[in-house]
Amino acid sequence: MTILVIFTYLALVLIVGTLSHRFFRGTGEDYFVASRTIGPFVLLMSLFGTNMTAFSILGASGEAYHKGIGVFALMGSSSALVIPTIFFFVGTRLWAIGKRHGYFTQVQYIRERWNSESLGLLLFVVLVALVVPYLLIGVMGGGQTLAIITGGQIPEWVGGLLVCGVVVTYVCFGGMRGTVWANTLQTLVFMTLGAVTFVTIVAKMGGLSNAMATVDQDLLMQSNRIRPLELMTYILIPAAVGMFPHIFMHWLTAKSARTFRYPIIFYPVCIAIVWIPSVLLGVLGSGDVTGLEGPQANTILVQLISRYAPGILAGFLAAGVFAAIMSSLDSQTLAIGSMFTHDIVRHYGFHNPMSEKHQVLVGRLFVVGLLAVTYVLSLISNRSIFKLAVWSFTGFASLFPVLLAALFWKRSTKQGAFASIVSVLVLWTFFFFRGWQTPGYTIGDTGIMPVTVVFAASALAMVIISLITKPPEGNILRKFFATPS
Amino acid sequence: MVDKMKISLIRWLLFSALIALFVLHKDFWFWRNPTLVIGLPVGLVYHIMFCAAVTVLMVLLVRYAWPSHLEIDEDTEDK
Repeated sequence: MTILVIFTYLALVLIVGTLSHRFFRGTGEDYFVASRTIGPFVLLMSLFGTNMTAFSILGASGEAYHKGIGVFALMGSSSALVIPTIFFFVGTRLWAIGKRHGYFTQVQYIRERWNSESLGLLLFVVLVALVVPYLLIGVMGGGQTLAIITGGQIPEWVGGLLVCGVVVTYVCFGGMRGTVWANTLQTLVFMTLGAVTFVTIVAKMGGLSNAMATVDQDLLMQSNRIRPLELMTYILIPAAVGMFPHIFMHWLTAKSARTFRYPIIFYPVCIAIVWIPSVLLGVLGSGDVTGLEGPQANTILVQLISRYAPGILAGFLAAGVFAAIMSSLDSQTLAIGSMFTHDIVRHYGFHNPMSEKHQVLVGRLFVVGLLAVTYVLSLISNRSIFKLAVWSFTGFASLFPVLLAALFWKRSTKQGAFASIVSVLVLWTFFFFRGWQTPGYTIGDTGIMPVTVVFAASALAMVIISLITKPPEGNILRKFFATPS
Repeated sequence: MVDKMKISLIRWLLFSALIALFVLHKDFWFWRNPTLVIGLPVGLVYHIMFCAAVTVLMVLLVRYAWPSHLEIDEDTEDK
């Protein structure tokens, strides 16, 4: 029965995603940014759904299993503050610039903002490299969920394959419109089913007070599992949203600047609705399912579901987890497909002149190829979903100063942007190889997250190198700023 | 003139409130407190209230500090 419910849900998502094909206008702009026609509610649902992935559902509960309630402060409430702030100050401006100049990707903007081909190419390579681990956590999460919920009847590799298959189908058919429709449905599903999961499991545990009584006291406070400097420096991680290619692409779908008002206001509420149950279930699960080591804790939520809510309900709840996973995977693959089409194939004239039909075809082929590679990688990877995501976010967040300088600092130069990106590349690689094997790695074991140093170095490189190099030309400033300095 | 000053004062206050929230996020005062409030750990309740405070601030930012020049751009283009 559980399997039937999951397959019915997947069929529903496929139908919704592919139905949008009826509205397809046959142009690249329609395929990649839904002709910039998305309204406030759908924008909120698609932005939120895209950001909530296996990381927020399985990763958050897994991390809370080890670290306790502090995980909500680390990533939940910090995201509730940082992400709407970025939508307010950055998203609205990028939307306006994107509409004015007809952009589809960040690389197009950065390349023209500093008039540098090589800068655009470098950014393309870095962004694609950082998205792959983020894609990986979705595919891994899908496989793990299905394997546990079906008691091993469906192995992990089938679950991952299924997630990839469904996403690739509706992304290829429906493009961005299919993605936002499917995301809206899936966001509503995982928010509703998340609440149902929480209420059902807690009720079966004998109520919140009884369940809390079984939990180690250390997990009910932040002090013993999370260090003060960790909490202070973690706030930089959600800044990654400013550089996510898929979020940039969703911003461009907005009908107008006013469309951003709903997402800005309601984003913190949505975060609380999803993260509080995830974190609490991870904490409560620690008293119930003991002995999960490292990445095994990613399965705590699904284990609780199969223990306390078997049958049809388990199917619904697993569908909720699938919804969260697929609503991110679709946008990420579409964004990377768009970048490949616009920033490489079209820009470098491999298909010159490139028809609208060709743009869509190349985008589709790249989506299929990228998901195939990610799927193969998921078969050989065995990492904590939370930690994989945090390394990916560290890279994206550290690139954020480049975008801030592009938007707000007229004196910034292409050399400064280069220095900033290269500093991120060097330092991220350094810390990654230093800390990859160490669970909970922080710099010198002080609690300071690597993102702090990489972000600071990136910002410093941007400022210092910009100030010692030739100021940008007036025509570029006139193009991007109303009153050039 | 007075209106412009009033608007920029409100904006300045709202941006200051935003910075204050970044500071208030670091709740070291509940760092070692496992007490339950309405059935939940007090540290978690604090961060739930924090999310509510962010929502209120976002409403105010949208209402009083909205980057309306972006809408002017959009209107001009539409014409």
